Amino acid sequence: MSVESLFPRLEPLLPKVQKPIQYVGGELNSTVKDWDDAQVRWALMYPDAYEVGLPNQGVQILYEILNELPETLAERTYAVWPDLEALMRSEGVPQFTVDAHRPVRAFDVLGLSFSTELGYTNMLTALDLAGIPLRAADRGEDDPIVLAGGHAAFNPEPIADFLDAAVLGDGEQIAIAITEVIREWKAEGRPGGRDGLLMRLAESGGVYVPKFYDVEYHPDGRIRRVAPNRPGVPWRVHKHTVMDLDEWPYPKKPLVPLAETVHERFSVEIFRGCTRGCRFCQAGMITRPVRERSIETIGDMVEAGLRESGFNEVGLLSLSSADHSEIGEVAKGLADRYDGTQTGLSLPSTRVDAFNIDLANEFSRNGRRSGLTFAPEGGSERMRKVINKMVSEEDLIRTVTTAYGQGWRQVKLYFMCGLPTETDEDVLGIADLAKKVIKAGREATGSRDIRCTVSIGGFVPKPHTPFQWAAQCEADVVDRRLSALKAALRGDKEYGKAIGYRYHDGKPSIVEGLLSRGDRRVGEVIRAVWAAGGRFDGWSEHFSYERWMRCAAETGIDIDWYTVREREENEVLPWDHLDAGLDREWLWQDWQDALGEGEVEDCRWTPCYDCGVCPTMGTEIQIGPTGKKLLPLTVL
Amino acid sequence: MAQRLRVRYAKRGRLRFTSHRDISRAVERAVRRAGIPVAFSAGFTPHPKISYAGAAPTGVASEAEYLEIGVTRPCDPEGLRAGLDASLPPGLDVLDVVEARAGSLADRLEGSDWELRLPGADAGLATVAVEKFLAADLVEVERLTKKGMRRFDARGAVLSLAVLEGTEGTERTAGQTPGRSCVILRMVVRHATPAVRPDDVLTGLRLVADFAPPSPPEVTRLAQGPLDASTGEPADPFDLDRDPTRGGEPGLTERVVGDL
Repeated sequence: MSVESLFPRLEPLLPKVQKPIQYVGGELNSTVKDWDDAQVRWALMYPDAYEVGLPNQGVQILYEILNELPETLAERTYAVWPDLEALMRSEGVPQFTVDAHRPVRAFDVLGLSFSTELGYTNMLTALDLAGIPLRAADRGEDDPIVLAGGHAAFNPEPIADFLDAAVLGDGEQIAIAITEVIREWKAEGRPGGRDGLLMRLAESGGVYVPKFYDVEYHPDGRIRRVAPNRPGVPWRVHKHTVMDLDEWPYPKKPLVPLAETVHERFSVEIFRGCTRGCRFCQAGMITRPVRERSIETIGDMVEAGLRESGFNEVGLLSLSSADHSEIGEVAKGLADRYDGTQTGLSLPSTRVDAFNIDLANEFSRNGRRSGLTFAPEGGSERMRKVINKMVSEEDLIRTVTTAYGQGWRQVKLYFMCGLPTETDEDVLGIADLAKKVIKAGREATGSRDIRCTVSIGGFVPKPHTPFQWAAQCEADVVDRRLSALKAALRGDKEYGKAIGYRYHDGKPSIVEGLLSRGDRRVGEVIRAVWAAGGRFDGWSEHFSYERWMRCAAETGIDIDWYTVREREENEVLPWDHLDAGLDREWLWQDWQDALGEGEVEDCRWTPCYDCGVCPTMGTEIQIGPTGKKLLPLTVL
Repeated sequence: MAQRLRVRYAKRGRLRFTSHRDISRAVERAVRRAGIPVAFSAGFTPHPKISYAGAAPTGVASEAEYLEIGVTRPCDPEGLRAGLDASLPPGLDVLDVVEARAGSLADRLEGSDWELRLPGADAGLATVAVEKFLAADLVEVERLTKKGMRRFDARGAVLSLAVLEGTEGTERTAGQTPGRSCVILRMVVRHATPAVRPDDVLTGLRLVADFAPPSPPEVTRLAQGPLDASTGEPADPFDLDRDPTRGGEPGLTERVVGDL
């Protein structure tokens, strides 16, 4: 059965919408394969606007890997803006892929990558537009398997009713394995129908099928237990870890969009995982252990990526990029290679460390020298001990003094508000820190022409972190502290004008908190918010706190119970049956250590502290140095 | 800067939905992929020396868009054409490249030849509307511009306007199923300030005769260039670069239009 392109029906709608180019596909390096030649067909969705979703590394990597497989095709779909959604509804045009404009419902799998929980309502829009029943229980044999991945999938319970399956961890190998399972099942004539396929996926222990698990509750609302409801389904589902990044050098051919997107650069992941142990950081906890990509592979990937894309900026990504064991050589090698070519290099996520100024100097050699960003996260020494962000005030002042002294004019500092045990004084400490930064900068440069920007976000406790038991700070407390900080910064005659202040109010964090640590009962709120018009919750102009509160009240969900309530050690958490490798006792001990302001070192340089990941997952730390250098490129 | 090259390119099919900014990013990347030795401006944030003349609006297809590239060492125009074309996504197609001789390219783009396909429109009504429009001395229309709502004459800049019949959907505009007959408007419009665009002429047809096609028009710019005094049609703006002694006789443009 062949599938017709929806483009002839979509096209007349495009002149009527904003930025129509985002819906037409045709990106450089995009792939359109023959429908009938493929046995297994994936629609990959990043559930946000094209401009955010297109650059997403996870989707690009899976898109390329799946399309390299024989008899397999993968296409992409993104959230359509409300203007096009309205037209698609009135004209009966279903959710489409941008590659060949095929209807999403015709695919075998709809794979969604959730970086954030705020994409949940967009998933419902896409399902509804596609003509796929919202609830997994209502789907038939012709509907795709709706599969979630990404960091938010480490607690997929709030969207469990809408998902057929979820996978935890690195997607490269499991996507191929799932493809193989589907191919065999189809080749055998689809034995057991839809449930037969889901059962094959669940049995492996590597794919979570929510409907094969029942959740039982205590009378007070806490979970009593989560248990498989049929034989052959494992009690726990484990995350996936790719162990040799050099064997998976994707993306090789990055997608180059015509439309403007949020990241206009070629990005290379220089390592995965982080063991710094920042207690608030879900990414650092669930992506362990650290696995470095070698300097040579990084060099090869940058060279190929620039050649294939024509981008003029390279981003070296990871959770803490300056921690790569050969980052100095990487920086110098790349800066030398691209000297005089107008190619910019950027290193997001760096620590507060004087060494990073040298790196930044190297990186800005071929481009602009704008600003440096550091993330002390906590305003006081005490707060930073609680969150295990081991940066002293001395370190910070020394680092920014060096930066200003070497010609940098702008320093950005990231903080969080609403952290466990936080007091008003901890937050006001941010103002003192910022003033000291400016004072040190003026002394170092003898100039008043330097600036510092304080950016502050609300803290949301996340599953699989030591703070998973913590009470989230109430929105009005966060707002009060943020206002007090603003007054302290603005009111300062000597330094106030040199300090910029950026913050968001505390309300969206409460909704994020509900979705992060929610259980299956929260799904009804998501559906109600979506039905009431909720779309693009990650965009402040579309997000409505009032709508979430109203729908929660109507569905009988107590938001405080899910957010600002502290959990006991023995409470069953909604994600306890999903295994990120972290030992639950270690997490609890680390939570107790946080309350006692005790710090934990990085296991890359100190003995293992038994977080549990490596022995449980059969993995190990993979770091250099390799001792290799990047040689100059020969021009042919 | 060793040389300036002038490039004519087409914007076809679904890529007609690219905006001017989208195209300029795509061209900058294609120039890097093709290894073209583009010159950069001096200063704190160097920019590649690529300039655009008379870009068609978002949603409008074109067979005659123009840009100029400054390079640091002399390049063979045909080699540059092939390299740039291979590096751009299909649908942004490089048709012709010449070395710039004298004068400004933008100044030569005096008028455009447009084709509007109107699926579902009535040919009889279109003919009546066109007659009324051409008979008028002045047809004032309004359009929202960057400077707010502007009111201007859409009639004076229209040098010719005719109703043809053809089939709906072309390679140039999109993947619509060809075959169904549809009304085609063909017009030559002088470039003026404010610019009179094909949709302004459509607005004019609605004002003079209540002519309103049921669905959005598929618009294609077929040519732009110096207006030939005898034929009233745009000639190839590269004629002067190829042979400075020649005037504005019909050249390449004529041939390409005939191919469509």
